[in-house]
Amino acid sequence: MANLQFDLVSPERRLASVEATEVQIPAADGDMTAMANHAPTITTLRPGVLTVVHGSGSDQYIVSGGFAEITAAGVSVLAEQALPKAEVTQEVYDQMVADAKAAHAAAQDNFKNEPGPVDEAAKLLSDMVAIGGTIGLSAKN
Amino acid sequence: MPNLKDLKNRIASVKSTRKITKAMQMVAAAKLRRAQDAAEASRPYTERFNAVMGGLAASVGGSDSAPKLLSGTGSDQVQLLIVMTAERGLCGGFNGNIAKLAKSHAQKLIADGKTVKIVTVGKKGRDAIKRDLGEYFVDHVDLTEVKRVGYANAQAIAKDVLARFDAAEFDVATIFFARFENVVVQHPTAQQVIPAKFEVAEDAEATLYDYEPGEEEILADLLPRGVATAIFSALLENAASEQGARMSAMDNATRNAGEMIDKLTIEFNRSRQAVITNELIEIISGAEAL
Repeated sequence: MANLQFDLVSPERRLASVEATEVQIPAADGDMTAMANHAPTITTLRPGVLTVVHGSGSDQYIVSGGFAEITAAGVSVLAEQALPKAEVTQEVYDQMVADAKAAHAAAQDNFKNEPGPVDEAAKLLSDMVAIGGTIGLSAKN
Repeated sequence: MPNLKDLKNRIASVKSTRKITKAMQMVAAAKLRRAQDAAEASRPYTERFNAVMGGLAASVGGSDSAPKLLSGTGSDQVQLLIVMTAERGLCGGFNGNIAKLAKSHAQKLIADGKTVKIVTVGKKGRDAIKRDLGEYFVDHVDLTEVKRVGYANAQAIAKDVLARFDAAEFDVATIFFARFENVVVQHPTAQQVIPAKFEVAEDAEATLYDYEPGEEEILADLLPRGVATAIFSALLENAASEQGARMSAMDNATRNAGEMIDKLTIEFNRSRQAVITNELIEIISGAEAL
């Protein structure tokens, strides 16, 4: 099977640069899986779990914010926040959920009569909680 | 002629100064390596980001519905200057050069009848332009407690700037920082971040992308991140420049201290010899008088 080049970079470091067979991306409009010779696509990300399948197994990363650029030869994911799954401990995860909650509360305060930002923040929060479910951590209430 | 004790004290004091500058130079060298690594680590992100944004901006930019962050407010009356400098001094002309560039830029704008607002990042630059432009200050970001600038710092600054933009407090934002070239050369740079400017690579073959969701939604989502990215890379360049400037400044200081010690030592030896000669003359003339 043809491989594709996968790069995951955050502003602070390059997390991964490997040959992969498939990449599962948490895109804004729904999850998508990119394999070699995918049609060129640019999509924004929602907070979620990104899975890379390569010859010797698969890696998972928690990503949030940013976008993915898919071409026939490879996938580059530019995430504002990206962590290998192993580095996401309960503590880190709690912090992420707390941030999302704070953003939600702030949006509710600031945009009382505009549903847009509040809904977005609520979605962010539920995305965060959903991540917890996927990687086996639970969100504190 | 200064007496021997004074000279001795002076030599001791210059020697301890030299020790301090030497230590600072070595610390700066170590920090510079780290700062350079951080700047390099961020480069792939910035480059890819700008490449994609360049493509997007080129295809959407012309339309009337383009986001304001890209097309501007249609005016350039109110200018926001974000002056980024170091929190500490003793780094040669680093802070002064950025402040000078920002000051001349601001004065030109004022002369053109524009309204100028200034946000300062870093204490030293604030002090440097306070006397001339203090009345235009609107905010200050303090990074004294920050050991290593992270993306979160840049995000916080960007968030604040974007909130001001949404509140229509300014039309054009420019950041001032020093671009790191090498240890000896840092270029003070002004870069416009709002409305955003992206350089479109000439040789890029036009790949036709599918955009999901639409081009404009992606652009609206990414433009604010673009501001944070620009500020982040400026902060990193600044950090590297600061350490580079400090390293070469401290290297010079160490060398100067060495030269001064040599000069003082010669003077010390001469005076000591003069004292000895004097005493001898006194003894001899005393003996002759008998």
